[in-house]
Amino acid sequence: MSSPSPARAAIVLLLALGGCDRESREPRGRPLPETGPQIAPQRTAMMNGVPVPTTEDPRADDYEGNAYHVAQGYRYFAWMNCSGCHANGGGGMGPPLMDDEWRYGGSMEQIAATIIQGRPNGMPSYRGRVTEQQVWQLAAFVRSLSAQNRQDVLPGRTDAPRNTEPQTLQEPQPVVETGVANDSASQE
Amino acid sequence: MIARRAFALSLAFLLGGCSGIQSALGRDGRHGEIFGGLFAIFLAVTLFVYLIVIAFLLAGIFRRRGKRQDGLPDEEGESREASLRKGLIGWAAFIALGLSVLTVASFVADRLMAQASGPDPLRIQIVAHQWWWEVRYEDADPSRTFRTANELHLPVGVPVQITLMSNDVIHSFWVPNLAGKQDLIPGRTTQIALHPTREGVYRGQCAEYCGLQHARMALDVTVEPVAAFRTWRTQQLLPAPLPRTPLQQAGLRYVETRECGACHSIVGTRASGQVAPDLTHLASRRTIGAGTYPMSRGHLYAWVADPQSAKPGNRMPHIPLEPDQLHAIVAYLETLR
Amino acid sequence: MTAKISPRDHDRDGEKLQGEALHFRLEKTWSREPGLWGWLSTTDHKEIGRRYIVTAMIFLALGGLVSLLMRLQLASPESGLISAQRYNELFTMHGTTMMFLFAVPVMEAIAIYILPLMLGTRNIAFPRLNAFSYWAYLSGGILLWAAFLLNIGPDAGWFSYVPLAGPEFSPGKRTDIWAQMVTFTEIAALAVSVEIVATILKLRAPGMTLARMPIFAWAMLVVSLMTIFSMPSVTLASGFLLSDRLVGTHFYNQYEYGDALLWQHLFWFFGHPEVYIIFLPAAGFVSEIVQTFSRRPTFGYTAIVLAIVAIGLLAFGLWVHHMFATGLPRVGYSFYTAASMTVAIPSGIQIFCWIATMWDGRPRFQVPLLYVVGFVITFVLGGLTGVMLASVPLDLQLHDTYFVVAHFHYVLVGGSVFPLLGAVTYWFPKFTGRMMSERLGQATFWLLFGGFQLAFAPMHLSGLMGMPRRVYTYPEGMGWDLTNLLSTIGAFIVALAVLMFVVNALLSMKRGQAAGANPWDAPGLEWATGSPPPVYNFPHIPVVTSRTPLWDNRAKLPVMTGLRVDEREQLLTTVIDARPDLREPSPIPTIWPFVASLALAALFVSSMFTPWAVVIGTPPLAAALVAWFWPKSPDVTPEPVIE
Repeated sequence: MSSPSPARAAIVLLLALGGCDRESREPRGRPLPETGPQIAPQRTAMMNGVPVPTTEDPRADDYEGNAYHVAQGYRYFAWMNCSGCHANGGGGMGPPLMDDEWRYGGSMEQIAATIIQGRPNGMPSYRGRVTEQQVWQLAAFVRSLSAQNRQDVLPGRTDAPRNTEPQTLQEPQPVVETGVANDSASQE
Repeated sequence: MIARRAFALSLAFLLGGCSGIQSALGRDGRHGEIFGGLFAIFLAVTLFVYLIVIAFLLAGIFRRRGKRQDGLPDEEGESREASLRKGLIGWAAFIALGLSVLTVASFVADRLMAQASGPDPLRIQIVAHQWWWEVRYEDADPSRTFRTANELHLPVGVPVQITLMSNDVIHSFWVPNLAGKQDLIPGRTTQIALHPTREGVYRGQCAEYCGLQHARMALDVTVEPVAAFRTWRTQQLLPAPLPRTPLQQAGLRYVETRECGACHSIVGTRASGQVAPDLTHLASRRTIGAGTYPMSRGHLYAWVADPQSAKPGNRMPHIPLEPDQLHAIVAYLETLR
Repeated sequence: MTAKISPRDHDRDGEKLQGEALHFRLEKTWSREPGLWGWLSTTDHKEIGRRYIVTAMIFLALGGLVSLLMRLQLASPESGLISAQRYNELFTMHGTTMMFLFAVPVMEAIAIYILPLMLGTRNIAFPRLNAFSYWAYLSGGILLWAAFLLNIGPDAGWFSYVPLAGPEFSPGKRTDIWAQMVTFTEIAALAVSVEIVATILKLRAPGMTLARMPIFAWAMLVVSLMTIFSMPSVTLASGFLLSDRLVGTHFYNQYEYGDALLWQHLFWFFGHPEVYIIFLPAAGFVSEIVQTFSRRPTFGYTAIVLAIVAIGLLAFGLWVHHMFATGLPRVGYSFYTAASMTVAIPSGIQIFCWIATMWDGRPRFQVPLLYVVGFVITFVLGGLTGVMLASVPLDLQLHDTYFVVAHFHYVLVGGSVFPLLGAVTYWFPKFTGRMMSERLGQATFWLLFGGFQLAFAPMHLSGLMGMPRRVYTYPEGMGWDLTNLLSTIGAFIVALAVLMFVVNALLSMKRGQAAGANPWDAPGLEWATGSPPPVYNFPHIPVVTSRTPLWDNRAKLPVMTGLRVDEREQLLTTVIDARPDLREPSPIPTIWPFVASLALAALFVSSMFTPWAVVIGTPPLAAALVAWFWPKSPDVTPEPVIE
C-alpha cells in the first residue's frame, strides 16, 4: 500500500553511509594487534623545526576519522595532564597546539611519535606510560585542536569551562612545518 | 476471614520473603522500614480499589438482563440512570478520599524519612564516574580521611550522611536495602542520608542510565558492628605494605613506572594517578571493576590482562603485558589488603 | 480571468441531482489522478489516513522486534548474546520508535481517517498540510531506522538525558540523528493537531453541537490542543541539544552556567502530556466501542467529557514526578505528588462511566468489546501502580527500576494498544468493506491478554527486588532470573498475538465477510455512508439532532442539500451550535506538499553535518512553499448558505 519513498531513502542512505567508520566504538582497539609496526623509532639527531620523517601508518585514518577516539583522546589529554604544559591547546610552558606551527610535524604519525618518544626542551616521553591505542587517540585529539579532522567528527563543545571558538566552526589550520618563530624556512 | 488472613500472609511473604542483597523490600535500615510500611498501606488501598473495579466490571458483564427493545433504554431506564449517577458521585468522592489518605500517608512517611537520620552522622563523599564510584571517608582530622572505590563499610546503628557529586554524566546512588535513590548530577551537589539497622552484606547499583557500562556499576556495601568498622577504617588509613618477594617487587616497579601509575594511586608508592580508582587496599574488596568480577586471584589476572573483555568500553585500556609482567603485577596487587 | 458565474448556474446536490447521477458527479470532482503522481499528490484524508495507519503499524512491528531482541538478551543472567553497545541502541530504538513513531502517530492516523466521517463532512481541514505532515513523519522514521540499520543509531535512551547525550559523552552523529528525528515528527504532529482542531471546531455537520459531538471527537480536540502546547517544549529541548552538539552553545553545560536539569524539565514538560496524548484518544475509542456494543448511549457523557478536559489540563502539572530523585526542593515535590494523585480522579470517573454503560446496556462481547474489557483490567492496574509512584518515598525506591517499566507498559499497552486494536477491529469494515474474522480475533485477544500479563506482571517483582532499568545484563543469584525468563516468554507470546492480528487483517481484506454500511448497528455518522466510504464521504451532508444520530433516525437520516458538485466544496458551521455558516472550497490534489517535504528532509538531514546546509537548503524549501501557497483565484467567492 504505502511504501517508503525510494528517493527519500536514498538521500538518507547516501549521507549516512559516509559515516559508518565515524560512529563505531572500538574500546579494545582494532582487531588487528596493536603491537603492529612500531611508531617510527627515530634514533638520529633531531633538529628543532625539521619534522621527523615517518612512514604512513594505516591506523592513523581510523583514529582520526572516528568520533569516539577523538572523544577518548580529549579525556586522556585531561587525565594525563597534557594541559599542565599545553593548557587546552593554547600553550604555556609547552608550545600551543592550536596553531599552524608544528616543530616536529603535525601529521598523525608525527604527533604519535612525539608523544611516545618525547622531545628536547621538555616534552617527556610517554612510552610505557600510555598504551599505543591511547597514543593514537591523543594524537587524533591533538589534531582536532587545530581543526585538522573532518568537521563531522568533532563535537561542538565539551562539558567544561571554555572560552575558545567551537571546533566545528574553526577553519582548519594548515600544517606549516616551520621551526622557531624566527626561522624563515617554511615549506608546504 | 480466610480472605483477610490470606491477604495478610501474602503481604508478609511479599514484604519479607523477597528481600535479597539488593532489594527494596529489605528492611535493613530505618528508611527501609518506613518504605515497607508505606508500601503496605499503598498496596492495601490500591488492591482494594482494584478489586472493587473488577467486581463492578464482572457485574456489568455477567448481569442478568430482562428483555428490552432494541437500542432504546427501558421504561425503568430512567431510574437506573439516576442510581448510576448517584453511584458516579459516590465513586468520585470515594476515589478522592482514598487518594487523600494515600497522599497524607506519603507526606508523613516523607517527613519520617527526613528525620530518620540522627545527630553527628558519619560523613562520606561519593563522586561518581563512568563507571565506578569514588568514595571518600571524611573526618574532622584531615589526616584521617581516605579514599576507596566501589565499596562502603558502614557501622550498624550509626547515621550516615553522604554528599553526592558526579564527575561526568548523571548517575544515581541506590542501595535499595538501606534507602531510596538520589541522583548525582554534574555541576550540583546532592545529599542522601542512610541509617542502617541490620548487619549484613548488600549491593547497590547505579540507577540512572550513564552510558555503555551502566549495567556494571555496582557498589558493595557492608554493614558491620562498630568495632569491626573501626578496625576496617584503621586498616584503610594505612599505606600500602612494602612488597617482600622479588616477584612482588617487580610488580611494584611495573605499577609505579608503567601505565598503572599514570591513572591509579596507591598510597605509599609512587603511583599517584588521580583519575582511576584508588588501589591501596584493592585486595580487601569484594569485587573488581565495580561488581564486574568477584575478588580472587584468577579474576585479578583476568581483569589486569584484559579489562575490556568483561566490561568493554570502560576507561581502563587493554595493556599488552608479557606473562612475567602479569604475574608480577597480580602478585603485588594481592598484597594490597 | 473567467467570467463570474452566477450562483444559480452551478449544479448542486439536492432534489434535482440524486442517487447514481449524484454519485457519478461527486466522484469525478473529488477523485485524484490515478498512478504514482496522483498517489503522491492526493489530498484525500482517507488515503492519507490509511497511509499513516499502515506506516505506524510497521513501526509498531519494528519497535516490537527490537524489544524481542532485548528480551532474548535478558532472559538469562550474564547472557553474551548482545553486546552492551548494541543493547543500548536497541532500547533506545524501542522507546523512540514506540513513543515518537508509533503511539502518537497511530492515534492521529485513525483520527485523520475517521473524524471527518464521524463529524459528517467531506474532507479534513487543511488537506495539503495533512499530506505534508505524513511525508515529514515518514522522513523522520526513515532517518532513525536507516541510521540504526547502518550501525550509527542513537544509544542514549529515548529520553536522551544530558550530559550523557551531550557532545562530550555521545561523540559523533548518533544523538544528532535522534534529535533531528524528533524535529521531523514534531512538525508532523503539530500539523495534524492544527488540522484536527480546525476540523472539529468548524467542519461539523449542521446540528452537531459541541454537546452532541462523539466523545472520540472531544478526546481528539483536547489531545490536539495538548499537542500544540507540549510539542514546542520538546522541539526547544532537542533544538538546544542540537545547538550544543553542533554549534557549541552551553544550554546544558553546567560549567558555563547552563544546567543539565534544564533538559529534564523541558523534556518532561512535553513527556508527561505525551503519555496522556497517547491515552486520551484510546479513551475516545473505548467510549465509541462501549456505546455501540452495549447498545445504549454512553452513560455520563458530560462526566466523561469533563474528565477528558480535566486530564488534558492536569497533565501539564505533573512532569516533575519524573525527577523526584534529582534533589530538587522537597516542598516542590509535594505539589507534584498531590497533582499526580489528582489526575487519577478523572480517570476513575471515566472507568465508572464505561463500566456503567456496559452494566446498564445489553453488551455483545464481540472482539472490540473484549479489548475494552482487557483495557479496563490492565489500565486500572497500571494506573494504581502509577498512584504508588506518585508518592516520593515510594518513587525514590522504585524509580528507574523494572517496576516503572511494568507500570508504564500496563498503562500504555493496556490503556492504548488494547483500545487501538479494538478500534481497528471496529472500524475495519468501514476502512475496507469487509469484517475481520471474529474467531481469529477472539483467539488473538486472549493470546495477547495472557501474553501481556505474563510478560509484564513479573516486572513488578523484579523492580521491587532491585533490578534497575536499562541494563544490558544482570548478575546471577540476584533473584531476577525467573521473572526475566517469564517476561521473555510472555513477550514472544505477545509478538505471536500481534502477528495473528496482522494476519487476520491481511486475510480479511481479501476474503473477509462483506460488510454493509453499518455492520455493527452503531450510532455514529461514519456508519451512514458506504464501506469503504466513497471518495466524497457523504452524498448529502447529514443533519444531526442527537448524540446517537443513527439510532434516533433509523428510518431516514435528515440531510442538508445545496453543496456544489462540480467543485470541491465543504460546509463550515459555527463553533458551538454547528449552525451552517459558510461554504469553503477544499484544495485539489497537488504535488507541492510532497516536494516541500523532500526539501525539508534534505535541509534537516544535511544540517546535521554542516552549517552551510541551512544556507543552501532553505531556498528550495522556500520555493516549494511559495508554489504551494500561491494564491489561486476562485471563480466564485465563498457564499453564505442559501437556505
